[in-house]
Amino acid sequence: MKAFAIALLLIASPVLAEPPTPPDVPLSNPVQEQRAKAVMAELRCLTCQNQSIADSNAAQAQAMRMEVRERIAAGEEPEAVRAFFVERYGDWVSFVPPAREDTALLWAAPLLFLGIGVALVARRFRR
Amino acid sequence: MIPELGHLALWLAASFALLQAAAPSIGLWKRDEALAALARPAALAQALLTLGAFAALTWAFWVSDFSVKLVAANSHSQKPDLYRFTGVWANHEGSLLLWVLVMALAGAAVALVPTALGERFRVRVLSVQAFVSLGFFAFLLLASNPFERLVPAPTEGQGLNPLLQDPGLAFHPPLLYAGYVGLSVAFAFAVAGMLENAVGPAWARATRPWVAGAWALLTLGIALGSFWAYYELGWGGWWFWDPVENAALMPWLAATALLHSIAVVMKRDALRAWTLLLAVAAFSLSMMGTFIVRSGLLTSVHAFAVDPTRGLFLMLLMALYIGGALTIYALAAGRVAEGRQFALVSRESALVANNLLMSAMLGVVLVGTLYPMALEAAGGAQISVGPPYFNRTTLPMLFVAAVLMGIAPWLGWRRSGTGHLAARLLPAGVAATGIVILALLLFGIRGIGALLGFAAAAWLGVASLSILLRRGVTLNIAGMAVAHLGVAVSILGATASGALQQEALVAMRVGDAIEMGPWRAELKDVRPVAGPNWTAIEATLDVQRNGRPVATLKPQSRMFVAPPQETTEAGRAGWWGGELYSVLGKPDGSGRWQIHLWVKPLVRLIWWGGLLMAFGGLLALGGKLRLPSRVRTVAQEAVA
Amino acid sequence: MKGKRLIWLLPLLLFAGLVALMANHLGAPQQQVIKSHMVGKPLAEFALEGVAGAPGLALVDLKGGGPVLVNIFASWCLPCAVEAPQLQALKDRGATIHGIALRDEPADVAGFLARHGNPFTRIGQDPGGRMMLAFGASGVPETYVVDAQGVIRYQHLGEIRAEHVDLLMAELEKAK
Repeated sequence: MKAFAIALLLIASPVLAEPPTPPDVPLSNPVQEQRAKAVMAELRCLTCQNQSIADSNAAQAQAMRMEVRERIAAGEEPEAVRAFFVERYGDWVSFVPPAREDTALLWAAPLLFLGIGVALVARRFRR
Repeated sequence: MIPELGHLALWLAASFALLQAAAPSIGLWKRDEALAALARPAALAQALLTLGAFAALTWAFWVSDFSVKLVAANSHSQKPDLYRFTGVWANHEGSLLLWVLVMALAGAAVALVPTALGERFRVRVLSVQAFVSLGFFAFLLLASNPFERLVPAPTEGQGLNPLLQDPGLAFHPPLLYAGYVGLSVAFAFAVAGMLENAVGPAWARATRPWVAGAWALLTLGIALGSFWAYYELGWGGWWFWDPVENAALMPWLAATALLHSIAVVMKRDALRAWTLLLAVAAFSLSMMGTFIVRSGLLTSVHAFAVDPTRGLFLMLLMALYIGGALTIYALAAGRVAEGRQFALVSRESALVANNLLMSAMLGVVLVGTLYPMALEAAGGAQISVGPPYFNRTTLPMLFVAAVLMGIAPWLGWRRSGTGHLAARLLPAGVAATGIVILALLLFGIRGIGALLGFAAAAWLGVASLSILLRRGVTLNIAGMAVAHLGVAVSILGATASGALQQEALVAMRVGDAIEMGPWRAELKDVRPVAGPNWTAIEATLDVQRNGRPVATLKPQSRMFVAPPQETTEAGRAGWWGGELYSVLGKPDGSGRWQIHLWVKPLVRLIWWGGLLMAFGGLLALGGKLRLPSRVRTVAQEAVA
Repeated sequence: MKGKRLIWLLPLLLFAGLVALMANHLGAPQQQVIKSHMVGKPLAEFALEGVAGAPGLALVDLKGGGPVLVNIFASWCLPCAVEAPQLQALKDRGATIHGIALRDEPADVAGFLARHGNPFTRIGQDPGGRMMLAFGASGVPETYVVDAQGVIRYQHLGEIRAEHVDLLMAELEKAK
């Protein structure tokens, strides 16, 4: 029944395609554009499968790019722009994991593995 | 009828796998040699029957027999010939059948190739291998039958995901699978080695070709996958640290470490327990990778048709085999003495350093890939671990590895002097210094990461080349040097394409031009074009450098018919090992088109380096042969 | 000696841990739902133009009056049409509902309201989709409870189904 109702709606609604988004307009200042690009590459698109907003064609990624460019153009630091998005969507939105207690193990992993390895190997060496 | 025959062949092949697994186990236990020896003919029969099953499925795809459910769901009568063929493995069931086929062929090879380890060891390996195959046969026959019929048969198939209709992706999975299967042979050798207590130099010599071959195939598969992502996904990136990529990278890192540690077992009879663990880990990570890709455990940009029920089956298989192998390891590894100790400055300690770095990178990739999942399971925050994390953690290790790789081949086994090093490494040192000065002064590069990348590439490249230029190197050594050279070439490509990249994003009308340094790209035309099963809007960009025409780019926005889907096709052209890369974006409604243009210097070296690495791995299969010296003798005779 | 034995067992234990972790996660949805982290936080200043004859929407319109519902919708979004009767039901039970028309043409919004009813007191037009960021929204439709101080108190993701109406009324009550 529900499926039938949805099918009816589909027929009744003339347009169900999302309107196309306007094209990206890069910042005129190349240094700022570079900085904005770097931030975009580290923000995760909300409606995609594991893509950064820099790489996504999704409409919302486009809105987020616009926000990044405006904030960078207004002189905001890249860290502050990232914080703006994290405040709204949580740590998930940033591809840079936070440095906190609950990610200590993650950030310590390289040294931890190297350390364990060196400790294991040390006794194999002849003095 | 033919699909039914294929199905039957598959069941028979599975029965022979059962025989191959059981006969040696019972035979070796009851000391019945005749029974144990059945494993060899069983392996051959299994390979022939699996080949038959694969041929049957291929036939069904070739003639577009839509009464077979798999064909109806993944093919289309209008699909180009190549993709009707590669469509066989571009789906879950077919790829599993391919896996089983490659595995059976590897089993036949083990059964036929002469062995120095004795018949008893050979049938033990075959038995372990068949145990692993059995699980995959069960998965195939019970949970993913490729020959299932569809009644009534549809008149047309649903088509293949357009992203998969590409030569790069057509051959990327079989290469990876062949690599994984090669590692499964190493796994079988390791388990048999533990069961037979036969781990030593002879074991290492027998196992090494499988590891080297598997490593070369994995390298090719990963390089091809990266190249495909680069030109097909339309973002100009070539490595995204996506879970699916990491799933393939982890077994590669383990295989790389294994390839180096097995040399230590071979030459010095040391590091036995560690090498066994790596051999088990390499195949375990291959299975885990397949599981991650197929179960949809992690969110990936390389979207696959996923199915959690099948994921459960794969996970049980994984738990059974890996858990079993690690249990044997826990029991047997204590008996396997680690062997001799090393001097700090020696070839073997350099190989240990390689193992340390590869394993640490592997650990980091594993932790980074699974950390968000673990944190969420523990009730913590939702986080993303992306490229910034992986680059910051693995690249410094890669740099240290590259520096060591330049030095290690010059060190002797047992205890090495250091007096000769300065003279041998002088050219590499000069090259590294030179390229840094060049990058600083000529290209104005200030990024410390890029400078270190250039230095590492020059250092390793020249050091490896100077090994190749020495007299009478064995194929083994030449293979090593070529593979190391490949690493240097890839590092150079990755560094240069990143540090020297130029990019423009412009909305332009036909007749407008982009100016970017010495480059000028003019939009000549935007018009519709039609392909075999798609239509597209195609832009034509004429590119000039310093006023001279160098290339014409034709980026497209494609609409596929079956299934209806839109993709972007980058317009690319080569330029001195680098590329011009363009993407056609959306119209802005007032007659302008969004054009994204990149100049990526030396970017192709990334994949050429991968090819070199794989070629080096294959060369190393030649072992002690000294081809260059023989060539020289022939030359000398010719002169005389 | 015993400690040495345990080392050989370590790989098995680590692997068991990995399997447990994966088994736990197997079957979880691939696309995670990203909840808004703006719940409990005040909205920033904004002012949107009206559309389809309705007056526009600004932050001041949300403040002072008491808790209201803000519904993000679009004419091109099928679930938005599906939830229209529920929005009407909420309005009939006394809720004040404001709309934000996401990335839409005014004519399309008017057509949508004509077909599916107009429960909205005010409708703000958001052609660029920037209001999604203000609310921490990740999709459409989404519905928010905003209290008299302009603080987001509750987020409803996806379409409102019949069973959600009571829930939203209760959340409105809580936000008083």
